[in-house]
Amino acid sequence: MLLIILLGLITSCLLVPLGKYFRSGRSVFLSLLPAGLFAYFASHLSHIGAGNIIYESNKWVPSLGINLDFRLDGLSLLFSLLITGIGTLIFIYASSYLKGHQYLDRFYGYLCLFMSAMLGVVLSDNILLLFTFWELTSISSFFLIGFNNDSTVSRKSALTALGVTGLGGFFLLAGMIMIGEIAGTYTIRELVTSTAIIREHQLYPVVLGLVFMGAFTKSAQFPFHFWLPGAMKAPTPVSAYLHSATMVKAGIFLLARFTPILGGTPEWSYTLMIVGGITMLYAGVHSLFRTDLKGVLAYSTIAVLGVLTFLIGLGTKEALIAASTFIIAHALYKASLFLVTGIIDHQTGTRELTQLSGLRKVLFPVFIAGTLAALSSAGLPLSFGFIGKDLIYEATLAAGPQLAVLLTIVAVSANIGLVAAGFMAGIKPFIGNLPAQLEKVKMPSAAIWLPPLVLGILGFVLGSLPGIVGDYIISPTVQVLSVEAVEFKLKIWHGFNTVLLLSATTIIAGTIVYFFNKPAISKTVFLERFNRYTPHYFFEMSWGAFKRFSSWYTDFMHNGYLRSYLIRIIVFAEILLVYELIRGGPIHIDYSKLIPISIHEGVNVLILLGALYLTVTTTSRLTAVVGTSIIGYAICLMFVFYSAPDLAITQFTIDTLTVVLFVFVLFNLPSFLVIPNSNKSIIVRDGLVAGSFGIILSLTAIKVLQVPTEKGISEFYGEFAYSLARGKNVVNIVLVDFRGFDTMFEIVVLSISALGVYSLIKLKLKTSEKE
Amino acid sequence: MKSVILQSASRYLLPILLLFSVFLLLRGHYYPGGGFVGGLVAAIAFVLHSLAFGTAETMKMLQFTPLSIIPVGLIIAAISMLLPVFFGLPVMTGLWIEQPIPVVGLVGSALFFDIGVYLVVIGVVLTILFTISLETH
Amino acid sequence: MELLLVVLIGALYASGVYLILRRSMVRLLLGIILLGNGTNILIFLLGTITKGKPPVMAADMSVFTDIYADPIPQALILTAIVISFGLTSFAIVLLKRVYALLGTDDLDTLNTPQEEDV
Repeated sequence: MLLIILLGLITSCLLVPLGKYFRSGRSVFLSLLPAGLFAYFASHLSHIGAGNIIYESNKWVPSLGINLDFRLDGLSLLFSLLITGIGTLIFIYASSYLKGHQYLDRFYGYLCLFMSAMLGVVLSDNILLLFTFWELTSISSFFLIGFNNDSTVSRKSALTALGVTGLGGFFLLAGMIMIGEIAGTYTIRELVTSTAIIREHQLYPVVLGLVFMGAFTKSAQFPFHFWLPGAMKAPTPVSAYLHSATMVKAGIFLLARFTPILGGTPEWSYTLMIVGGITMLYAGVHSLFRTDLKGVLAYSTIAVLGVLTFLIGLGTKEALIAASTFIIAHALYKASLFLVTGIIDHQTGTRELTQLSGLRKVLFPVFIAGTLAALSSAGLPLSFGFIGKDLIYEATLAAGPQLAVLLTIVAVSANIGLVAAGFMAGIKPFIGNLPAQLEKVKMPSAAIWLPPLVLGILGFVLGSLPGIVGDYIISPTVQVLSVEAVEFKLKIWHGFNTVLLLSATTIIAGTIVYFFNKPAISKTVFLERFNRYTPHYFFEMSWGAFKRFSSWYTDFMHNGYLRSYLIRIIVFAEILLVYELIRGGPIHIDYSKLIPISIHEGVNVLILLGALYLTVTTTSRLTAVVGTSIIGYAICLMFVFYSAPDLAITQFTIDTLTVVLFVFVLFNLPSFLVIPNSNKSIIVRDGLVAGSFGIILSLTAIKVLQVPTEKGISEFYGEFAYSLARGKNVVNIVLVDFRGFDTMFEIVVLSISALGVYSLIKLKLKTSEKE
Repeated sequence: MKSVILQSASRYLLPILLLFSVFLLLRGHYYPGGGFVGGLVAAIAFVLHSLAFGTAETMKMLQFTPLSIIPVGLIIAAISMLLPVFFGLPVMTGLWIEQPIPVVGLVGSALFFDIGVYLVVIGVVLTILFTISLETH
Repeated sequence: MELLLVVLIGALYASGVYLILRRSMVRLLLGIILLGNGTNILIFLLGTITKGKPPVMAADMSVFTDIYADPIPQALILTAIVISFGLTSFAIVLLKRVYALLGTDDLDTLNTPQEEDV
C-alpha cells in the first residue's frame, strides 16, 4: 500500500522534469494513474467486502511511535474508491477544461500530490501518519485552490483555506498526541481495543475538543465553514474533486475513523449533532440566496457535510449506514453538478443563475447529466440519492422517542434546501428560453461532458442495484465503525411507510421552494448586509489585526540600527537579572573568607581602571589601543597573582599580538567618528544603560560568590591527572586530554578564522566595488 | 622600522625564542606551558623578525606560507585523536610509550595532540598577521 | 580582594556596553574586546581565586597534597583568550574592508544598501 500511496507522489515529482510533455492534450494519459489505482482498489472489493482488513507495516521512526502502518478496511476502501474513481473522471475532464493552460503540468502535479495525500489519510493505520498526510492535503489543496495565482482573490482564498485547515491541523496534532500518550499507542488497530481508557480519562473532553477542531475546520462545519465558498475561486475540476469526494470529506472520514475510538459518549454525540444541525440549516438556507452556480453548490456541500456530521454524532447503526451511503450518493451527484457548472462556465463565460436559461438547446448531453444529478440529489426513487435520503430519515426516526421528532424535522428542512439547491444548479440553467447572447454557445468535446454524464448515470445504476454497494462497501464500513458485524440489506423499495412519506414531502416541498425562490441579485445584496455578523468577518478582522500587530512589532524591533538592537537585548537582560537578584533575597558578604587586598594588587587594579577610563573617553585611536593593551597586561598580572601561570603567559602573548595586529592596520582604520552635534541625552541614556548593566553584573557576581562552588569535577581532574593522563599540569591535562575534543574543535575554529581573514584580504575587490 | 639594533637583536632572539617555545610545548604536561602557549611564543618570534626585517623577508626565510602549517597541525591532532581507535580503544584514549625518553620525558598521544595544537596556533597567528601586514605595506 | 575584582568586572562590562552602543565601528570592536576581558575575569573569580597555588603538582608528587587553584576556569579562559584573538583579527579585517568600501566609520551608513548588494 505504501507504493500505491507513493505512486502519486512519484508521478508528481516526475512531472517536474517531464512536465513539458504533458502540457498539451497528452495530459489525458495521466488519468491512467487514478484509473489504475481504482482498479487496484476494486480488485479488493470481494475480500474486504467479506469483512476482512488488510494490514501493512513499514518502519519509519519507531522511536517516536511513527511507523508506516496502513490498513485497508471497509471505510478506507469506500473512500479510496471515491478518491480514485472520481479522480479518474476529474483527470480526464481537466485535460480538456484547462486545455492550453500554460501550467497544465503543474496542475496535474498538484492533483497527483493531493490524491496521494488523500489516499494516505484514508489508508493510515497510525494516527501520527494520518496527521502527516492530513497536513499534506491542506498544503496541496492550497496550491490547487490558488492555482489561478495571478488573481488576488484566488490567492487570498487559498490562504484562508490553508489558514483555517492548518489551524485545525495544529489542534488535531495536539489531540492525536494526547490520545497516543493516554492509550500508549499510536496505531489505530491497538487504539480500538483501548477505548475504555481514553473515554474514562479525565482529559477526554479536551481530546475530543481538539479532534473536533481538526475535523470541523477541514469539513467546513459552522463556524469554520467560510473557507469553502471562498475555495470556489479554484478551477472547477478542483472544486469538483475537493468538495465532492475528497478534501472536505477528510473531516468526515476522521470522525468516522475515531467513532470506534472516541465515539459513543454523550459529549461526542451532542456536540456533533448540534454542530452538524446548525451547519446544515445555516448552509441550507444560505444556498437558496446565492445566484452564483458554484456558490449554490458550495453552500449545499456545507449542508451535506452538516448532515454527515450529524449522522455520525447520532451514532446508531442506522445512522452509520445512512452516513456511509450518503457519502457515496453525495460524491456522485455533487461531482457531477460541479462538472456541469464548469461546462456552463467554460462555454458561456458566466455562472450567474440570473443570466442562464434554455441551455438544453445547445448543451443537450450536459443537460441530461445535470438533470440526473439534480434528481439524485433530490432523492427521486431509483436514484442512489433516494436510498441515502431514506436511510437518513430511518436513522432520525429511530433516534428515540424524545429526539426523533426534532431530529426528523431538522433533517427534513435541511433536505428541502438541498433539493431546491440541486434543482437550481442542475436544471435551472437548462430550462426556459435561450437568450440571444447564448445562442452561439458550442458543444464542448466529449472528454468534458462525458465525466458528469457517467457520474449522473452511475447514480441511477447504483440506485437500481443497491445490493452490490450495500454488501461490498457499506456493510464492511459500518462494521469498522461499530466494531461488530452488522446484518442489513440496502433495498430500493421499503414499502409505503413514514419514511416514504417524508421523502415525498421533501421532494414536493423542495420543488415548491425552487419555484418560489427566484434567483436574484437583490438577495445576495440582502445577505451581504449581515456580513458583519458572520464568522468569516470575525476571521478577517482578527487576521487583519494580527497582521497589523506583526508589522508594528517588526517596525518597532527591527529599525536596522545595530545599537538599538543591542540596547533592547541589554535592557531585557538587565530586567531578567534584576528579577533574579530580587528573587534571590538580600546579599550577605562574608568578609572573613575574602582575601585581603595587598598593595601591589590594589595598584594593579587602579592602573587597569585608569586605562579603562582612558579607552572609553579618548578621541584618539592610538590612545584607545594603548589603553586596551594596558588593560590586557594588567589582567595578565592578575593571573600571575592568582596562581594561573598558563593563563598569564597566554594573555601576555595574545595581548602583544593584538597590539601588533592593531599596529599593522591602525593607519588603515578610520579615525573615530565625531558626530557634529552629538546628542547629550543619548550619551546619558547609553551611560545609564551601561552603568546599570555593570552594577547589576557586579551584584550578580557577589551573589554567586556567596554560593559554595561545586568542586566535584575539578577534584576529579586533580585526583586523576597523573594516574589517568600522566601529567602534572592540570590545566594542560584538561585541554589536551580530559577535554581534548573541545580543544580539537577550538583549533578548527581558529583555523576557520584564519581562513576568513585570509580570504577577506586576498579576495580581489570586484570592479563594481572599486568604484 | 628597520633599526639595526632591532635587526641584530632579533637575529639572535628568533632561535632562542623558538627554542623556548619548543621547551614550553614539551614540558606543558608537567609545568605551565603547552601547545597554545608554545605556539603563541613561536609566533611572536617570527613576528618580531618580521617587524625587524619586513614581512616579505620573513616569508622568504620561512619558505612556505604559514597557511600551509594549519592543515598539517590539524591532521597531526586528528591522527593522535583517532589513533587509539586502531588499538580498539575509544577515541582520545591516552596512549603512552612506557620508557621515558631523555629530555622530553614520557611520550604519548597527548603530546602529539599538543604538537598539532602548537602548529595550528603558529599557522593561524602568522596567517592573520602576515596577510594583513603584506596587504598594508 | 574579591570585592575589588567585582568592581573591576562591573567597570569592564559597563565600559564594554557603552562602547558597543556607539556609532563608531572601531569603538564597537574595542567594546567587544573589553566585554571579553570582563567575562574572563568573571569566570576566573567565580571559580574562587586562590593565591600562589597553581594547579600544577610538585615534581616528585603524583597527587596534590595542598589546596590548589581550580583548573577548570583556567582551561576555559585559556581557550577563550586564544579564540578572542581569532575573533578580534577577523573583526578588524572586516572593519578594514568596510572602511575601504564605504570610507566611513559610521555604522548607520551601513543601513542604506549599496546598489551592488542588491
